[in-house]
Amino acid sequence: MLTPEREKKIDELLTRYPVRQSALLPVLWLVQEQHGWIDQDSMRYVAIRLGITAEQVREVVTFYSMYNEKPVGRFHLQVCCTTPCMLVGSDDIVSHLEKRLGVERGHTTDDGLFTVSVVECLGSCGTAPMLQVNREKYRENLTNDKVDALLDELRAKGASGGNGNG
Amino acid sequence: MAEPVRVISRRFDVPNCTSIDVYLKHDGYVALEKALKQMQPDEVTTEVKKSALRGRGGAGFPTGMKWSFVPKDSPKPKYVVCNADESEPGTFKDRAVMELDPHSLIEGCLIAAYALGAHTAYIYIRGEYGWIQDLMDVAIAEAYAKGFCGKNIMGTDFACDVYTHPGGGAYICGEETALLNSLEGKRGHPRIKPPFPAIEGLYKCPTVVNNVETLATVPWIIQFGGDTFRELGTEKSGGTRLVSVCGHVNKPGVYEIPLGYPMKDLLEIECGGIRNGNKLKAVIPGGSSVPIITAEEAYGVMLDFESITEVGSMLGSGGVIVMDETADIFESTFRLVHFYKHESCGWCTPCRDGGDWMEQIFDRISIGGGRQEDLDLITLLGRNIEGKSHCALGDALVWPITSAMKKFPEDFQRALDRGKKLLREPVGA
Repeated sequence: MLTPEREKKIDELLTRYPVRQSALLPVLWLVQEQHGWIDQDSMRYVAIRLGITAEQVREVVTFYSMYNEKPVGRFHLQVCCTTPCMLVGSDDIVSHLEKRLGVERGHTTDDGLFTVSVVECLGSCGTAPMLQVNREKYRENLTNDKVDALLDELRAKGASGGNGNG
Repeated sequence: MAEPVRVISRRFDVPNCTSIDVYLKHDGYVALEKALKQMQPDEVTTEVKKSALRGRGGAGFPTGMKWSFVPKDSPKPKYVVCNADESEPGTFKDRAVMELDPHSLIEGCLIAAYALGAHTAYIYIRGEYGWIQDLMDVAIAEAYAKGFCGKNIMGTDFACDVYTHPGGGAYICGEETALLNSLEGKRGHPRIKPPFPAIEGLYKCPTVVNNVETLATVPWIIQFGGDTFRELGTEKSGGTRLVSVCGHVNKPGVYEIPLGYPMKDLLEIECGGIRNGNKLKAVIPGGSSVPIITAEEAYGVMLDFESITEVGSMLGSGGVIVMDETADIFESTFRLVHFYKHESCGWCTPCRDGGDWMEQIFDRISIGGGRQEDLDLITLLGRNIEGKSHCALGDALVWPITSAMKKFPEDFQRALDRGKKLLREPVGA
């Protein structure tokens, strides 16, 4: 189900809490790191691993916005558009991305490389506009040129087989 | 300008201070040693009380008092939980602490644990801050290697484990009881209070939940004394705090200011004034949940808990959102309505359905279907949300709206008129 390293990590996580269910959020992150999203089989597996019901896992997966309930592109571009970002032009960044990639927000490019999402405040208000690729360090103080350079960088990374789920 | 006071940000300019060796060269873990070897746990709490330190997460509750609510005779284990779920729009200061001086937070957690008799501290970090969690994990591992965490800390019989824990992207988990549910591996629904976490918190055990900046301030207080800290601020709002400024200023960023510092100086001196030489229009002074104030109010107000209350707003999380004359207050408020509707946990009907309805009203005004009576409807709906749900998210939805409508009615009227005009113009003409 998961790589031996991630299984070992789960074992280590379980030592941190007096209640196994507490490890649920970090364990779900390990699943998403490996698969890019969290499918029904994974939910059942996590439930068994933590000694809880699949429904207890599902209600958590569906509550938290960062757990993907369906596959996303290899590079999930999440643009913050809450008020502080909006004030300095985040909507233009989204439009530019949509134009360059030929997809609307909430959708994935045909090659499966990019998903564009609009997300709520990421805590980068002083360095806006900004976006986050998967769960990596933020890309901040964006301009259209910087976005173009980022897309080139990610395409090169995609072609070499690397992914952003680091 | 007076010499800037540096308490929480004292090591922000020290290169590579994420490394424990660098931290140790700059008074690192000095306060922990002082607490463990020269002070009784109660004396630590007393010192924090003396400092008049108030929580830096948003509510501004006196930290020492919060600690003193934890029952000393409880046979249950006690917990320290650090709230690093920074997600209030406009707020990015806790991130600065963790990215630039992570050990100050670890040291603060350990001192708090010693004061409360806790042996485990969890640092709950918002899910998006994945790389910051990695950075904290490295810092914690260094602290274990040097004997500052784990058993027999610094040769004493005090033991405490420190762990990070990731969130999953839910604003509501910044509410302390929702955070505790989340840490237990559940949905982030706030709990009904009382019982307060100090009595029944994590795993129904006595728990103190403190914000990152609050805990990172504690080592300085222990090192230099609570009185010294208090004197940096005002009588009721002790010391200094971080503010994060964003929006239409020339130099947005994180600044440390003494409580009682004039907002005008913060905007003009620290932040280099309003961008493009524009005129200031409005400021949201404490994160998006607090009422908006006008330029005139902003230029006259001091940054302390009491002064801001006088203009009908709050210091909150220290997130200062600045808007110049180009900003449309209807649009900026609409975006916040969407935020709160999106982030409602869905438990209480007034907040869940009220937020949804509120967004629909804003939406129809913006696209031209608004009616004049919609403005009254917004007010009425707001009254039926505010104070009617278990936590403050419903209030946080309403306050920015009602204050914006009261202080910038022309922007709302213009939105109504603009929308009507849009409708009258035939498509494709």
